[in-house]
Amino acid sequence: MTNNNDNTVPSQAAAGPAAQAAASHAAEVAEAREAEQTSGAPPHPLVDFWHYFSENKGAVMGLFAIIVIVLAAVLADVVAPYAPDEQIRTALLVPPFWAGGTGGYIFGTDDVGRDIFSRIVHGARLSLFVGLLVVTISLAAGIFLGLLAGFFRGWVDVAIMRAMDIMLAIPSLLLAIAIVAILGPSLTNAILAIAIVILPHYVRLTRAAVITEAGKDYVMASRVAGASKMRLMFDTILPNCWAPLIVQATLGFSTAILDAAALGFLGLGAQPPTPEWGSMLADALQFVQRAWWVVTFPGLAILVTVLAFNLMGDGLRDALDPKMKR
Amino acid sequence: MLNLIKALLGLDKPLWQQYTLYLYHAIQGDLGLSIVTKKPVIEEFLTLFPATIELTLCAMLFAVTIGLPAGIWAAVKRGTAVDHSVMAVSLTGYSMPIFWWGLLLIIFCSVTLGITPVSGRLSAEYWIDPTTGFMLIDTLLSEEEGAFADALHHLVLPAIVLGTIPLAVIARMTRSSMLEVLREDYVRTARAKGLSPLRVIGVHALRNALIPVITVIGLQLGTMLAGAILTETIFSWPGIGRWLIQSIARRDYPSVQGGILLVASVIITVNLLVDVLYGIINPRIRHTR
Repeated sequence: MTNNNDNTVPSQAAAGPAAQAAASHAAEVAEAREAEQTSGAPPHPLVDFWHYFSENKGAVMGLFAIIVIVLAAVLADVVAPYAPDEQIRTALLVPPFWAGGTGGYIFGTDDVGRDIFSRIVHGARLSLFVGLLVVTISLAAGIFLGLLAGFFRGWVDVAIMRAMDIMLAIPSLLLAIAIVAILGPSLTNAILAIAIVILPHYVRLTRAAVITEAGKDYVMASRVAGASKMRLMFDTILPNCWAPLIVQATLGFSTAILDAAALGFLGLGAQPPTPEWGSMLADALQFVQRAWWVVTFPGLAILVTVLAFNLMGDGLRDALDPKMKR
Repeated sequence: MLNLIKALLGLDKPLWQQYTLYLYHAIQGDLGLSIVTKKPVIEEFLTLFPATIELTLCAMLFAVTIGLPAGIWAAVKRGTAVDHSVMAVSLTGYSMPIFWWGLLLIIFCSVTLGITPVSGRLSAEYWIDPTTGFMLIDTLLSEEEGAFADALHHLVLPAIVLGTIPLAVIARMTRSSMLEVLREDYVRTARAKGLSPLRVIGVHALRNALIPVITVIGLQLGTMLAGAILTETIFSWPGIGRWLIQSIARRDYPSVQGGILLVASVIITVNLLVDVLYGIINPRIRHTR
């Protein structure tokens, strides 16, 4: 165990831009290790978690990528050399600097002279915001419905779960398109549509976890002690259901970002000139034949972000799932 | 005049009557008329549907022929560089925004190398009367020289793009399923009998490992019908997906409504068939009932 912790520290220090956040983790690990050596008590749950999580190199890479993206999104105004909607009329379709471009446009400019790098950095802010909002909405609604279904069972359970089954029968993108077609194309409606579409996963997970937990002795003890239904649901049972939900929430981020980009690409999500990665790609469609950089970078941003969240989700699942622990 | 049209479209009735009438007609296969073309929605759907089926089946063929061997290979070489690269590639494929992947392939294969056409189903110099609606079959039946090859050229890129995510899913599923089966006693027995590794893996292990994979393949078919919306938009493929997006843009509500209803019904039917098929190929399920 100590051996493994030793391995993680240098790999964190080597990760340049993300070092800040990682350093705090490293300190945490080192600190706890010391405590462990002196007292011999079982490791703090967080240390235990980090031990399993850091065994998965892909997951650690994903985490660092996410830290970089979050930093870029938060500091977008500092990082981006131009405003996302600033049109430099003298620099239309300038290629990236290594392909013969000039003027300090790292990823080149688009057809109306907007700096692509700046738009991607501001797009990161938008994409993460979309992901956060979608996951928050569907997690909150999903936990609530799942708790109701798993705790009360009976007709409440049947009504909620059959409704979720119907939603699961239709592929998520198709359902999202259907909802946006009804509500009208806009970023807000796209967010709402994606949140509705991924809701069933959270409801099912919560319900399954609640049913498992509700039969355990500690819940019975709490019930006998006279805890109210609300207290049993939210205070006794819910804290023990978090692990699968955290994993699903991480994966929900990647689904949300990917679907939002797909809707933006189809013209059903964010509308121009919003610097959204998907709608940037849609704008670039007509320049496929002569300006590859307009197409390449927004898509790369989507891929890297989605991949990072998927990698981290896999790592979290391994670290949080007791069945996987050896 | 206005009242006449209102009466003709049934818009003078209360909402609940309109809805009941819509359901009543929908059950009989009448989904109303498209606002733009004034043709029955079901007719438009049926003329465009073969193009989507053709694309979906070819994409699935691509995904299975590459994903299945890749998954087996990764499982057999567990923990090696082969395993890690297959898993890395498949996770990347799984995270791929396919609309961007399609554009990259167009830039590389069509614009830079010039080996595949950019869009459409068939070059303009050929005119094939649709008999089955499946371009590959129609071009084979026709007398036109080179039409089949041309149709195939048009199909390659869209099929690769649409097949990418199923490929990743199939490779991952095959790998984990094979790993599980390779631990079983009967595989050890087969090895101990002195059978060749190829026979142990290809016959004894694979046949059992395939059961969950086939389920995944079936479920992916449904997801692909939704993925076809993106693929068809990029490649101007004249199928259901592009028609749906165009209908949304034109605010052709009967088409959108009917189209989504029909696509969803097809997907649910496919999923049901997969469930039935699962019972047929997996005798263990039947006996427990």
